[in-house]
Amino acid sequence: MEWSLKEDLRDCLVAAAPYGGPIALLKNNARKEKSPGVRPLLEIYSASGLLLASIPWKSGQLVQLGWTASEDLLCIQEDGTILVYNLFCEFKRHFSMGNEVLQNHVLEAKVFHTEYGTGVAILTGAHRFSLTTNIDDLKLRRMPEVPGLQKPPSCWAVLSQDRVTIILLAVGQDLYLLDNTSCSVVTPPGMSPSAGAYLQMAVSFNYRCLALFTDTGYIWMGLATLKEKLCEFNSSIRSPPKQMVWCMRPQSRQRAVVVAWDRQLMVVGNSTEFVLDEDSYLVPELDGVRILSRTSHEFLHEIPEASQEIFKIASMAPGALLLEAQKEYEKESQKADEYLREIKDQKLLPEAVSQCIEAAGYEHEPDTQKSLLRAASFGKCFIDKFPAESFVHMCQDLRVLNAIRDYQIGIPLTFTQYKRLTIEVLLDRLVLRRLYPLAIRICEYLRLSEIQGVSRILAHWACYKVRRQLGGWPSRSLGWGWGRSGWAVVLLEYEPRSGEQVPLLLKMKRSKLALSKAIESGDTDLVYTVVLLLKNELNRGTFFMTLQNQPVALSLYRQRIEGRVGALQNALDEYYKAKNEFAAKATEDQIKLLRLQRHLQEDFDKPYLDLSLHDTVSNLILDGHHKRAEQLYREFKIPDKRYWWLKISALANRGDWEEMEKFSKSKKSPIGYLPFVEISVKHHNRYEAKKYAPRVTPEQRVKAFVLVGDLDQAADAAIEHKNETEMNFVLSKCTASTDAAVAEKLNRARAQLLKK
Amino acid sequence: MAFAGRRDVPEPPDFGILKRLARDQLIYLLEQLPGKKDLFIEADLMSPLDRIANVSILKQHEVDKLYKVESRPAISASDQFCFLVRPRIKTMRYIADIVNADKMSGRSRKYKIIFSPQKFYACEMVLEEEGVFGDVTCDEWSFYLLPLDEDIISMELPEFFRDYFLEGDHRWINSIARALQLLNSLYGPFGKAYGIGRCAKMSYELWRDLEEESEADGQGRKPEIGNVFFMDRDTDYVTALCSQVVYEGLVDDTFRIKCGSVDFGPDVTSSDKSIKVLLNAQDKVFSQIRNEHFSSVFGFLSQKSRNLQAQYDRRRGMDIKQMKNFVSQELKGLKQEHRLLSLHIGACESIMKKKTKQDFQEMIKAEHSLLEGFDIRESTSFIEEHIDRQVSPIESLRLMCLLSITENGLIPKDYRSLKTQYLQSYGPEHLLTFHNLKRVGLLTEQSAGETLTAVESKVSKLVTDRAAGKITDAFNSLARKSNFRAISKKLGLIPRVDGEYDLKMPRDMAYVFSGAYIPLSCKIIEQVLERRGWLGLEEVVRLLNGNEFSVSGSTSAPG
Repeated sequence: MEWSLKEDLRDCLVAAAPYGGPIALLKNNARKEKSPGVRPLLEIYSASGLLLASIPWKSGQLVQLGWTASEDLLCIQEDGTILVYNLFCEFKRHFSMGNEVLQNHVLEAKVFHTEYGTGVAILTGAHRFSLTTNIDDLKLRRMPEVPGLQKPPSCWAVLSQDRVTIILLAVGQDLYLLDNTSCSVVTPPGMSPSAGAYLQMAVSFNYRCLALFTDTGYIWMGLATLKEKLCEFNSSIRSPPKQMVWCMRPQSRQRAVVVAWDRQLMVVGNSTEFVLDEDSYLVPELDGVRILSRTSHEFLHEIPEASQEIFKIASMAPGALLLEAQKEYEKESQKADEYLREIKDQKLLPEAVSQCIEAAGYEHEPDTQKSLLRAASFGKCFIDKFPAESFVHMCQDLRVLNAIRDYQIGIPLTFTQYKRLTIEVLLDRLVLRRLYPLAIRICEYLRLSEIQGVSRILAHWACYKVRRQLGGWPSRSLGWGWGRSGWAVVLLEYEPRSGEQVPLLLKMKRSKLALSKAIESGDTDLVYTVVLLLKNELNRGTFFMTLQNQPVALSLYRQRIEGRVGALQNALDEYYKAKNEFAAKATEDQIKLLRLQRHLQEDFDKPYLDLSLHDTVSNLILDGHHKRAEQLYREFKIPDKRYWWLKISALANRGDWEEMEKFSKSKKSPIGYLPFVEISVKHHNRYEAKKYAPRVTPEQRVKAFVLVGDLDQAADAAIEHKNETEMNFVLSKCTASTDAAVAEKLNRARAQLLKK
Repeated sequence: MAFAGRRDVPEPPDFGILKRLARDQLIYLLEQLPGKKDLFIEADLMSPLDRIANVSILKQHEVDKLYKVESRPAISASDQFCFLVRPRIKTMRYIADIVNADKMSGRSRKYKIIFSPQKFYACEMVLEEEGVFGDVTCDEWSFYLLPLDEDIISMELPEFFRDYFLEGDHRWINSIARALQLLNSLYGPFGKAYGIGRCAKMSYELWRDLEEESEADGQGRKPEIGNVFFMDRDTDYVTALCSQVVYEGLVDDTFRIKCGSVDFGPDVTSSDKSIKVLLNAQDKVFSQIRNEHFSSVFGFLSQKSRNLQAQYDRRRGMDIKQMKNFVSQELKGLKQEHRLLSLHIGACESIMKKKTKQDFQEMIKAEHSLLEGFDIRESTSFIEEHIDRQVSPIESLRLMCLLSITENGLIPKDYRSLKTQYLQSYGPEHLLTFHNLKRVGLLTEQSAGETLTAVESKVSKLVTDRAAGKITDAFNSLARKSNFRAISKKLGLIPRVDGEYDLKMPRDMAYVFSGAYIPLSCKIIEQVLERRGWLGLEEVVRLLNGNEFSVSGSTSAPG
């Protein structure tokens, strides 16, 4: 063990997590002599004794420590409050076991694991039990009272049968079973009547077996259902054992109980005794028992069948022979052939190979593993079509196991435990220990899919890093309004590759930042991507303003235009070849226009590119660049009519009535003057409209006057034309109250007309 | 058109069967992929699908999430993907990308592609090219015909026009033939079949072949469909190019009727949300005004609302029993009618706002003079002004096409100048638009042989030599000849009117265009049905480029 403990283990509160999990120690948990100056120290070690973290214990008196299935440390206080810490002694949360516990205090507590999760059972000062089967979904259950219970039970255990959690307790010579509603007295079958009072009990890892120790040194072993006795044993040691745990393999028929006293360890079942050099602590595991002491950490287990067969002295099992054959083969001895022949004659070669593979899994020494695997691979050569998967998987698994068993990592999993735990959980545990690189290596080595493996681990790593980063940030910048994308942007600052940064920034709609990042990167493709995206996203004005601030982007954008001119030039050549003169002319004009637009854009700092000719001229007038508009009008031979329409509507939009009047007088309008009237009226400027009405051709004059609202003049015009339809039209616009005179005039004229 | 309530027309057959059939088949196909699945639907299948099976039916058959087929790859946790698509190459690529992306990331899912209405070999080839053919299963949803109304069924294949008339692609003809087969098997043998146009003839012949192959015994059933008339769109472009002035047409112009339903925006509903309204014979108000000239619609609606008010007013002076009767039997119907009435009045107002502008009046005037062939110069300059003022890009094109078809092509000078004007207004990319319009024959230049440049004739010769291009080219040359003026004279499509055309009591079909023009296609059908064949219409047929046929008792071999 790496740790250098000064204290005896017996003076500490110890808790070790199963599956090669970490060890928690609470030192100086001095209950009796209360020396206020000395604070208890909570330390967490890896299974190899590396200190992971330690904190001085500042909260209340601790009764019990325990680990959850997800390797969180549960610290159970006297007042029933349970504090949850992670592997690194960082506080996560706390919860209480209820008022009853608070009042009566915790006498004893046990942490247990069932299919529901991690549970806690508490014996209170009032000799009542409270438990919860899952601390993540806290539902407190208060167990029924044991009748006539005056003193605390001598021992008790939590059983889980058929998904029901029950408590077995012993008071003197009586055993009681507590389930949700009732309390019943039970007697184990085949129990010797002279056995005496129960001192200790142990439940196996899978809750199937139960062992009882009495004050006469008698040990009863049976099923936890108390329906069948497996065996009994008299240890002839009367003192109460410190710990008693089961040691058995799943699927094995051999069952044994390990009983520990201060200096003695007894394996009951095949009754072997060991002497303990120092104070030890037993940790029950799925397939054995971990024994940890100040200097060592050992694993006691039943030798699996495959290993027995191979390594038994003078074993003639096929596996043993194969191992021997391989050794001889390496010595280049002909005996290799003899051994091999012996196995082959019995047609047991496949068994031999799988035996060697299996046994390799149970070995902890890489050398032994290697020699067994070598033997397997040697034997494999002599079999047709031996499926390679088992061999390959074993090699992979062993590689992973050896890596995590390293004392720096300190997760001493056995093969059986590893298979039960699954690789996903193992990865989770590595992540919990912040061993990100190793976890990623393992994922890569086992070729796990991205989502399952590497990216998940990276996500955890990122979260961890973010949390660390935040610790270092000045609190002022942690404004509330930041939102998540704000953070993401900050984090992206740390991304060294612009190629990765930019698309993400775009996704987060930080296009301007993306643009400057893209330019920083010097990758023109990236700049184009952003520029084209910006063009769609922003309105033209802002788009060019943005580009203006980024000369690199602007010049790239210009080059793109040059590129387009080039493409058009090609099209032009092709059109000439095809003698399609019309299209050629159109293309030529477009090239000319593009070039012009580029100049305009530069001169006026306004977007002109990609507008049609009409829109270009119209925009120029809107912005008051009349000279330039005139120039385009001549250069592109814009028909007069179009130009006049275009100009007056642009001027009206601009509200430049003065310019419009000037324009109307510049020469005779090719579209007449009715459009002037119409457009002024459309912009609700009757005053201006009236200026043009008299200039409208006589045929349209009535309409023009009606439009400007001058019914009197309209009537005069209509009468002058002697046109009945026009008169009716004006009449229909007259209202009786205001235009009575006009109406009368019209009626008279019409009557006269009709008379003729 | 809805003839409900007219005694001289028999009840249309129950086209609802088509809907039920399509729904059952779709459900069957969905159930072929048991368990939860995500459904990807092609955008233009959404509206038709909506008419067949709504979301709750899809959900009943374990469709979990619905996605639109689009370029963005889908993120989904589902183990099964079902694609309901048109047989298009682009869509195949999209699906292949999804499958390949899943493969890359090690996800395994089930994929099923349902083609509507049928699968094309090219699609399978694309899937094979992309290496996903083995990963998907393909099925066909033979959803050929969607009944839009009691008396209108549609294939809902908008791409047919472009594929066939522009690209010369014949793949949809098979679908048409199958649709005919479906009709035939459901509603008994057709009494008589008439047709005109190349595509019509091909479809008919293919269908006959299919019938003979299948040997399904449709005989002895009471024929529910009397006459079938096949007609190519290019026989009569003019009707489609004229501004519509009946109510349904204007609703379509203003709001776009899609798959028989229309979205009335906030300005119609006079609330802040849009309402989707199904426009068919079930809508009592709509069915009465849909075919009316717009000028009489308003009067009708106000009359209707007065009637409705009167019916409401009957409540007064009712005793309790009568009142109970009224509430339980009539009120609901009245309320429904009231709601529809207010919607249609809203729609009318909206249309009025847009269409009573002077521009619209002048455009109608120009159209009419084009149809009659008067004042062509004036109309041309009207179109020019229309383009110059950037009134509407699509309307300008429409007027130009109408001019081209009625005048057998534009005179070269006008063609050039209108084109130039158009490009100046809307950008040079429309060179392609003009090219396409020319190929289809919608907008052409008057060209005798001598105006064809040497190169052009060479190119066309090259194309003719190649078997593949043959048809396309033949089409172009055929379509280029539009003899509208002669046909119009022959069939009397422009009614001679003395005085005002009475739109309220129309004398002929011309009322749908304010009395200016009788739709050519309708006139042909009327003539053929009257004569029970093409006899006496030889000249018209020749002007329409032939390919006419008429078969009586279509169980016999085609003639």
